[in-house]
Amino acid sequence: MADDNTGAQGTGDRIPTIIVDDLHIVYRVHGAGSGRGSATAALSRIVRRKASPNIREVHAVKGVTFTAYRGEAIGLIGSNGSGKSTMLKAIAGLLPAERGKVYTDGQPSLLGVNAAMMNDLTGERNVILGGLAMGMTNEQIRAQFDDIVSFSGINDKGDFISLPMRTYSSGMAARLRFSIAAAKSHDVLMIDEALATGDRQFQKRSEERIRQLRREAGTVFLVSHNNRSIRDTCNRVLWLEAGRLVMDGPTEEVVKAYEAKIRGK
Amino acid sequence: MSTVSETTHDGAVALGDRPAKSPDDGLSPAELAAKYGLAVSGARPSLPDYVRQLWSRRHFIAAYSRARVTAMYTKAGLGQLWQVLTPLMNAGVYYLIFGLLLSTDRGVENYPAFLITGVFIFTFTQQSVLSGTRSVADNLGLIRALHFPRACLPIAFTLIQLQQLLVSMGVLLVVVVLTGEVPTLAWLLLFPALCLQALFNTGLAMAMARVGSKIRDMTQLMPFITRTWLYASGVFYSIDHVVDDAPRWAEIVLDLNPAAIYIDLMRFALMESVNSSTVPTHEWALAAGWAVVMAVFGFVYFWKAEESYGRG
Repeated sequence: MADDNTGAQGTGDRIPTIIVDDLHIVYRVHGAGSGRGSATAALSRIVRRKASPNIREVHAVKGVTFTAYRGEAIGLIGSNGSGKSTMLKAIAGLLPAERGKVYTDGQPSLLGVNAAMMNDLTGERNVILGGLAMGMTNEQIRAQFDDIVSFSGINDKGDFISLPMRTYSSGMAARLRFSIAAAKSHDVLMIDEALATGDRQFQKRSEERIRQLRREAGTVFLVSHNNRSIRDTCNRVLWLEAGRLVMDGPTEEVVKAYEAKIRGK
Repeated sequence: MSTVSETTHDGAVALGDRPAKSPDDGLSPAELAAKYGLAVSGARPSLPDYVRQLWSRRHFIAAYSRARVTAMYTKAGLGQLWQVLTPLMNAGVYYLIFGLLLSTDRGVENYPAFLITGVFIFTFTQQSVLSGTRSVADNLGLIRALHFPRACLPIAFTLIQLQQLLVSMGVLLVVVVLTGEVPTLAWLLLFPALCLQALFNTGLAMAMARVGSKIRDMTQLMPFITRTWLYASGVFYSIDHVVDDAPRWAEIVLDLNPAAIYIDLMRFALMESVNSSTVPTHEWALAAGWAVVMAVFGFVYFWKAEESYGRG
């Protein structure tokens, strides 16, 4: 693939890895109503064939189009609820698009295993379960087990890895989750606010790990509210607001405009 | 949209390390994707691919169901002992009500063994259906976070039920011996019977997982459906004693009821009084037929909506 493009025009470093074409995402939220509706009201709705107010549609992403290239680290910024995480999930193929298409090279992965982990199990078993959930083989997990545990620093203060995760402090749990998630290298890596976990020391270590993953991955996406970590990691930034792409360009330019907008408010 | 693509272009120019003109500029997103061999994200894999993916995730399925079982009892003081205590107490309650208080044992030899076999075997199917119905809807967090063939979930939840049934079977065998049955070679038949039932349950769980993910009310409705099924499956009484005065169609329906068939086969394996006069050989064929048909149907039906489970 790369070969037929490293030709005369010198565009060899512009190989698209992700193409997002007019993407729309609609969530259906169940139980979104006030919850006070009576049973008779519900019955009359069914009889009149009206949609239940308990199901609300949230149009989270409204027609976003962009192309990401190999070697890019793209930051996503925007206020809370602007559709950043939703868009990442759609790019990863985890949330079906309502309209539009996402084309990807290989399988993009979200950096996160929280959902697969169980608080009642020991750290040890969660490492194995999390690894398997991310698609690692038993052998890969066995080979990396010690690295994952020592990276998380869980055992620095005694043998915590053999205790149930519900006994961990929130910082410890976050560190273990990051360590498991970062154990696998990905073609397209998407990180959702992962840098903000743990103490200062762990943050430095995880930033280093993310840089390493960036080198291994083709393209990296980073969602963060911390403009400093966006500036440190990304060379391109997408600014989303209310599900629409406001701006797309080099980091400094977009972050400046974003900061000016926030100050202006 | 036009303003957006303009800013994209400006951005590309401003970055400086990119050429201002690219041969790709005129291409539509779809053409660009085709040129570089990009695939649509989250598209449903073909059926053979899906089977391969599922097979490569077998360790995850096993680890996930083991983890769920462990997590289920970690907070109880007696811990894993509840795995044995729960079926024992279930058997005790049913025996107290149906054996001693209501004495529904009309003409059934060794009623305790008859009843407890029925209860345990039916519970396996019932719980597989109930947990299968919820398996996708209750695990949206997992589905929206990680990639794996979604059929892992209903399969894992059926495995959990199978694991609990195996513990129950240990209890059952003790009860059956205590009530005077003598272990014979026929007991080995419990293995094929269990395999067929497990296959049937997995298929049904997958089918119900898809239904439950689209129709939330199924979670509320299912307990009533399975309870009706329970009363129609000859758990508390012998169907043969009832169908004599029932209309012909009811007799056929009761005879074809898969839950009743699996219960019959287990009683046939374990109890001397249940022999080939009450359980004809064609019930084995029916049991196998139900298992294969339901497994294939459930799997294909579930796979057909694979790409949409994240929507909720």
